[in-house]
Amino acid sequence: MTVFTEPQVDPARRTRRSLTLGIGLLLVGLHLAVALLTLIWTPYDPAGMAGGRLEAPSWTHWAGTDRLGRDLFTQIMIGSRIALIVGAGAVAIAAAIGVTLGVLAAFATRYLDDALTATFDILIAFPTLLLAMLVVAATGNASLLSAILALGIAISAIVARLARILAKRVLAMDYITAARTAGSSWPSIVFRHLLPNIWPTLSVNFALQFGLAVIAEASLSYLGLGAPPPNASWGRLLQEAQGTVYTAPFGAVAPGIALVSLVIGMNLLADGLRDVGDPTRRRTR
Amino acid sequence: MSLLAIEGLTLTTGGRELVSNLSLSIAPGARLGLIGESGSGKSLTALAAIGLLPPDIHAEGSVLLDGRQVIGARENDLIPIRGAAAATVFQEPLTALDPLMKIGRQVAEPLIRRYRREGRDIDRRGIAREVRDLLERVSLPDIERIVNAYPYEISGGQRQRVAIAMALACRPKLLIADEPTTALDVTTQAEILELLSKLVDENGMALLFISHDLPVVARVAEEVAVLRQGELVEQGPVKSVFRAPAHDYTRMLVAAAAAFDRALEPAQ
Repeated sequence: MTVFTEPQVDPARRTRRSLTLGIGLLLVGLHLAVALLTLIWTPYDPAGMAGGRLEAPSWTHWAGTDRLGRDLFTQIMIGSRIALIVGAGAVAIAAAIGVTLGVLAAFATRYLDDALTATFDILIAFPTLLLAMLVVAATGNASLLSAILALGIAISAIVARLARILAKRVLAMDYITAARTAGSSWPSIVFRHLLPNIWPTLSVNFALQFGLAVIAEASLSYLGLGAPPPNASWGRLLQEAQGTVYTAPFGAVAPGIALVSLVIGMNLLADGLRDVGDPTRRRTR
Repeated sequence: MSLLAIEGLTLTTGGRELVSNLSLSIAPGARLGLIGESGSGKSLTALAAIGLLPPDIHAEGSVLLDGRQVIGARENDLIPIRGAAAATVFQEPLTALDPLMKIGRQVAEPLIRRYRREGRDIDRRGIAREVRDLLERVSLPDIERIVNAYPYEISGGQRQRVAIAMALACRPKLLIADEPTTALDVTTQAEILELLSKLVDENGMALLFISHDLPVVARVAEEVAVLRQGELVEQGPVKSVFRAPAHDYTRMLVAAAAAFDRALEPAQ
C-alpha cells in the first residue's frame, strides 16, 4: 500500500510565501501598535495648535501641520485607530450576518434559497455610499458607528454570497452525506464539518474585505458621512488637504501613505492566511 | 420482518421519472447487490432508503427502514434511526473524509454518537482505545501514524478503510456501500471487498452493495437486483441470475462481462 509523499514545495516559493505573510503582519502590526499607542500617548494634542499653519514636514512635525496648525502625524496616528476600529467592526458585523445567512441559504429549500440569493444580489448592487446615507438618515447623524454599520451591511452581502457557495460545495461532499447517514444532526454538521471547511477561504476574504472597508471608510469620511471632525479619519484628512493641495501637498501624501500601507498589509496578510488555513500547505512549512 | 422494505418507490424530478415503481427488500444479515449502469437510479434508491434524497426529488411509495416509514418522515425523526439502522460507504475516497479533520477524531465522531445513543459514559481514553480497535479491524497498518494523519496524508485504499471503520463505528444493522471500490486499483479493490465481506459476516450486518460491476457484486452479494433506467428488470440469487439471466438486459450485461474476460485471457 502506498503512502502519499508530502507535496514538495520549492524552497524559494516557500520563502516568498512566508515573506508575504511577514510583511503583511509587519504592516498591520505597525498600525495596530500605533493605534494602541494613541490611547495613552500622542506626540501633540490632536485638537490643539501645535505649530504654525501648513508647516512642511520637519523634525518637530514629521508630517507637517494642517491649516489650523494641528500636528498631522498625531492625526494620522489617531486615523490608524479609527481605520482599524471601522475595519474590524465592519468585518465582524459582515461575518455574523453574512455567514449566518449564507449557510442558511445553502441549507434552505429552493424558494428560501432563491429569495436570500436575490436579496444578496440586490444588496451587492446597492452603492455603499447610498447605504451609508440611509444609515446616517436612520441613526440621525453621521458617526463612527453609522459608518461601521453601513459598511458591515454592505460587506455582509458579499460574505453571504461567498459563504453560500462554499457551504453548498462542502454540503455536496460524501463525508457530509456519510455523517448524515451515520445520524449527525444539523448543528453537529454545521459546527464540526461545515464551518471549519469554509473557514480558510472565508478568513482570506475577511482580510481582503477589511482592506476594502478601510478604503470605503476613507471615502465616507471624505464626503462627511463618516466620523465627525474631532475624529481624525484619514479620509477627512485627505478632504481637508484637498483645498491646499497646491500649496501644501504633504497634507495629502502622508494620510495617503498610511491608508495604502494598511490596505497593502491587509492584502498580504490575506495571502498568507490562505496558506495557514490549509493543512496540506501548513505541513510543508 | 425485513430490515429494509421498499414498496412501489417512484422518484420524480421536474416531471421526469428517475426510479419507477421499485420494490425490493433486505432481511437482517442478508446481502443484496444492486446493479445497473450509471444513471439507472441505484444511488438514488440508496439515498431514498435512508431519507437523504436531494430536496428537488419527489418520492412516492413506501420505504420501511427497520420498521419505520422513511418517505415523508421529518428530518428530526430520521436522525435517530440513521446510524443505528444504516450507515454508508461511498465511491470516492477523496471526498469521503473531512479534509480538515484528523483520522482519529473523524472515526471518534460516529463512535461518540453511538455511545450517546446507547446511554454509555463517554470517556476519552475508552474512545481512543476503540478508535484504534476499529482501525485495526479494517486492517490499517501503522495505526499510531494514521490516527494523527490528515486524509491527504494516506492513500486512497487507506481512506476507504477509514470510511468503513467510520461506518462500523455506528454498528448499523444495514451497511450501504455505494460503489466503494470503483475508484480503487484492482488489487486494493480485491482487498477491500474481502474486508467488507468479512466485516459484514462478523457483525451480522445486512449489506446493500451498489455497483455497475458484475464480478464485484458476485463476490460479495447473495442476491442481486438489476436496475435499468429506474426499473427493476430482474431479481434473484446471484448464481442463478448470472448463470441463467431471464431478462434481455441482464443477458447483455453478463455477455459483456464474459466477453471482457475472454478478451483479457490471451494476454495472461
